Order: sequence, then structure tokens, then C-alpha cells
Amino acid sequence: MTDQARPPRRKQQAGFFTRLTRSRPTKPGEIYGVPGQGDTLWLSVASILSFLFVWWLVTAMGWVKPLFVPSPGAIVGKFVDIWQNGFTNTSLLDHTMISTARVFGAFLLACVVGIPLGLAMGMSPVMRGIFDPPIEFYRPIPPLAYLPLMIIWFGIGETSKVLLIFLSVFAPVTLGARSGVKSAAIEQIHAAYSFGASRWQVMRYVILPSALPEILTAMRIGIGFGWTTLVAAEMVAATAGLGYMVLSASQFLQTPTVIMGIIVIAVIAFVFDLFMRFIERKAVPWKGRM
Amino acid sequence: MALNLRNVSVVFPAAEGRSSVEALSGIDLDIEGEDFVVALGASGCGKSTLLNLIAGFLAPSSGELQLDGEIVTGPGADRSVVFQKHALLPWLNVIDNVAFPLKLQGVGRAKRNETANEYIKLLGLDDFAEAPVYQLSGGMQQRVGIARALTCDPRILLMDEPLGALDALTREKAQELILHIWDSTHKSVFFITHSVEEALFMGTRLVVMSPRPGRISHSFDLPFSRQFLSGTPARHVKASKEFIDLREEVLEVVFADEEASV
Repeated sequence: MTDQARPPRRKQQAGFFTRLTRSRPTKPGEIYGVPGQGDTLWLSVASILSFLFVWWLVTAMGWVKPLFVPSPGAIVGKFVDIWQNGFTNTSLLDHTMISTARVFGAFLLACVVGIPLGLAMGMSPVMRGIFDPPIEFYRPIPPLAYLPLMIIWFGIGETSKVLLIFLSVFAPVTLGARSGVKSAAIEQIHAAYSFGASRWQVMRYVILPSALPEILTAMRIGIGFGWTTLVAAEMVAATAGLGYMVLSASQFLQTPTVIMGIIVIAVIAFVFDLFMRFIERKAVPWKGRM
Repeated sequence: MALNLRNVSVVFPAAEGRSSVEALSGIDLDIEGEDFVVALGASGCGKSTLLNLIAGFLAPSSGELQLDGEIVTGPGADRSVVFQKHALLPWLNVIDNVAFPLKLQGVGRAKRNETANEYIKLLGLDDFAEAPVYQLSGGMQQRVGIARALTCDPRILLMDEPLGALDALTREKAQELILHIWDSTHKSVFFITHSVEEALFMGTRLVVMSPRPGRISHSFDLPFSRQFLSGTPARHVKASKEFIDLREEVLEVVFADEEASV
């Protein structure tokens, strides 16, 4: 009888893990059991704000020397300073423009070459047989490893820089386009043939449009690789560019400039990714819906 | 229009630890004029293989397949196919999907929209001409698929379980719609299903197929679709004694075939 009198305490104080993994009640307007559903906007905003707060707290309390972690205010100050006075006699806008031109130039080139090549590889065993080995061979090599070769072969000018970024974007874009070819259902292809389509028409009107979602995803992944390679490309014999700015600032222990440069690169990459997502919504609203 | 299959066999060659499979064996079939031929059978009996063969996606291993006296060597607009699903192009809206075959033939936009609109009206899709196809229900999508196959103006319409993915109520409506369209367009139809009731109601001729090897084991002539088209309500046709007796007979045949082949 004493057992009954005792309140069921264990049930109320379930462990953290149990609470995380237990079944939840269903809510109106929600489909039960969809993994990871729910809005994340406010949590993301809170996450960024609390990160900034901790950053500010650590520096304001003087727990870490400004040489290692400068305060958020110092970064903003540095941004304004370089915006007004430039860095190594080049304005911040020029640094940004030059890097953006390199990355997007290489990106466009990689798309213009890589997408048709990838489609051809998906479509023809001959093309796949020829181009699969070289692409798969160089793809996993870090750009830093073949940077010296690029410079030996193509000099210290723009060519080697753009080419290095191009190579890092080229592989993911090509492979994305290649696997996109498989997106068309065999029923769609057969239907087109049964309406009298030629092989070329099937490629143009069925296979190409259905590969578009995967091509766009591959482009998003590819431009990410491009930004990743930017700093490596501007390591040698560069006099301008965000990667150059970050590298040379780091050699003089100008930590605020380093962090500021990183943030500028991140913001540009993020804005472009938002733009690509917008394009995706406009160009392939049917993605995953049929 | 005459489609003739003479002693056609299809053998899939042996591959990766699997011995060769005789998917179709000794098929003789003639489809002429306004025939509505329904192929019925359990899965694995070669119905879809037979349709792929007529459509030209498969070549016969032996025997002959002729359309109006010419040997079929590949797919073509004279034999358009309606699939069960996944065959519409989601990046095109309804009217562009329906007009797609005409676009392939190089017909100008104005002309092809005019033709497409005729079939859109025929299939009762008037209000959805500009709608994206991925927003339509399954039954609507299937109507788009049928309209699209009709704009080809094929000599024979091939339907591969076109109603298999629809719910039972939509399916009955769609059966009636297809019969009305068949009646007004005077096309030959080759129709695959695994529903006995659907087979009996739709066809002018029923071929029952048996597995291992895939072959035509029985053939029935059917009066029911004509009864429906001359005014008898569909449920009356399907509830008539004649219909039910034949349904049981066909079911018996199908089950007997199934057991014999195991």
C-alpha cells in the first residue's frame, strides 16, 4: 500500500535522452512522424546572436588577448577602415571584385564545359569511358597539391589562378550533370519515343529538363568548392583579392583583417547560395513532386 | 489498321547467374479496325512485354510483328503509349504536355494548341489547361496522359495498366471515359489490366495470358462495352448475370493457369 501512496516521481523526471527520443503527441496542421519537421528561423537567429554574444563577452572581459580573438567591434572597425583606406593600396571593393571575378569566371567556365560534358558522359558510354578515369583521378587531389604544377605550367598570372578554381568546380559540376541524366523515368523516355521523338529530341525535351534539378544542385556544390579554393589560388604571386588579403594579413598577425576577410567571403558565398535557391524555386518548382 | 503478330517469341538472354527467360512464347494476335483488345493475367505473364513489343521498345527473338503489312522495327507515333504513371513531363503545364507529341513533329504553336485544346475538351480538362501537371490529382494526370497519346493521332493506342494507380471510384469513371473516347475516335486499343472486371467491361476481345513461358492461353469475345455505349448504365452492365458468369469463368481460368504453372 505504501507504494501507491508514493507519487510517481520517476515518470516526471525522465532523463534528457528519454525526453529526446520518446514519441510525441501529434499537433494540428502537422503530419505525424515526419523527421525533422518544424520552423528553424528563430532558432537560427538566436544561435547567431548567442554566438556573437559569447564572442563579445570573451573579448570584453579580457579572457583572451585581442591578438588571438579581436572583439566584434574591432572587426567592424577594421571593415570601415579598409573600406575607406584600402589594404595594400587596393580598396576593399577592388579586392572583392577581383576575387569574385576569379571565382565566378572559373565557375562559369566550369559550367559551360562541365555541364555539356557531364550530360554527354551520362548519355554515351564512349564519352564516359574516355573522361571518367581522368576526372575520377584528379577529383580527390587537394588543389594545394597541384598548385605548384599549375604555376610551373601556366605561370604566375591570372591563368593559373582561374584554372585552379576551375578544376575544383569542374569535377562536382560534371559529375552532377552526369548523374542528372539518370533522373528521367524510363516511362517518360518511352512515352516520348512512342510519340515519334528522335533520339536528339528525347535528349533535348526529356532528359535535359529532368536533369536540371540535379545540375542546379551540382552548381551550388561547385561554387562552394570554388570559394574554398580561392585562398589557395591567391597564395602565390597575387597582389589583390580577398584570399591574398587574408593570407598577407595573417603573416603580419593582423587578426581583425583575417576575420573580416573570412566574413566577407562567407557573406558573398551565402548570398549567392540564396540566389541559387531562388533560381531553383523558379526554374524547377516541380522538383521532387512527381 | 491491322496489327498482326505471327508466332512471336521473346527470350531474355541469361545474365549474372540467371538462366535465360522465355518471356513470351508463340504469340499469335490480330488487332484490326475498332478492336479494343484487353490483355489480362497475373504479374509475370508477359503482358507488359507484349505491350513493349508492339510499341517497339523490344524486338522479337523470333516470329513477326507487322503493322499494316510493314514490319515494326522501333517505336513510332502510330503506336502511342499511355503508361500507368510517371510519364508526364512535370516542367510543362497541361496544354504543353498534351501538345508535346505535335511539338516533336514540328507543328507550330498555334496549330498544336488548337489540336491540344480539342483533346483537352474531350477529356474534360478545360479548366486545367494552364495548370502545372504536378498539382493535379492522379485521375487528372492520367487524363492528361490519355489526351497526350491521342494528339499523336495513332493508328493504335497502347495502354499499360493506365488505371492501375487510381482509386476504385475514380477508376470506374475513367473506364467509362475511355470507352466514350474510344467510341468517338474509332481507334484500335490494346489495353493491359489485372482487374478481371475492368477487362470484361472495357474490351471487345479479352486475351488471358499465362506465365512461364508467357503465352496467350484463352481468348474471349466480349459484348459488354457495346452494351454500355448503347445506353445501359455501367453498373447495370457489371451486375448483369451474363457479366458475373463470365467473370467467374475467367477467374477460374486465370487461377487454373496460375496453379498449372507453379
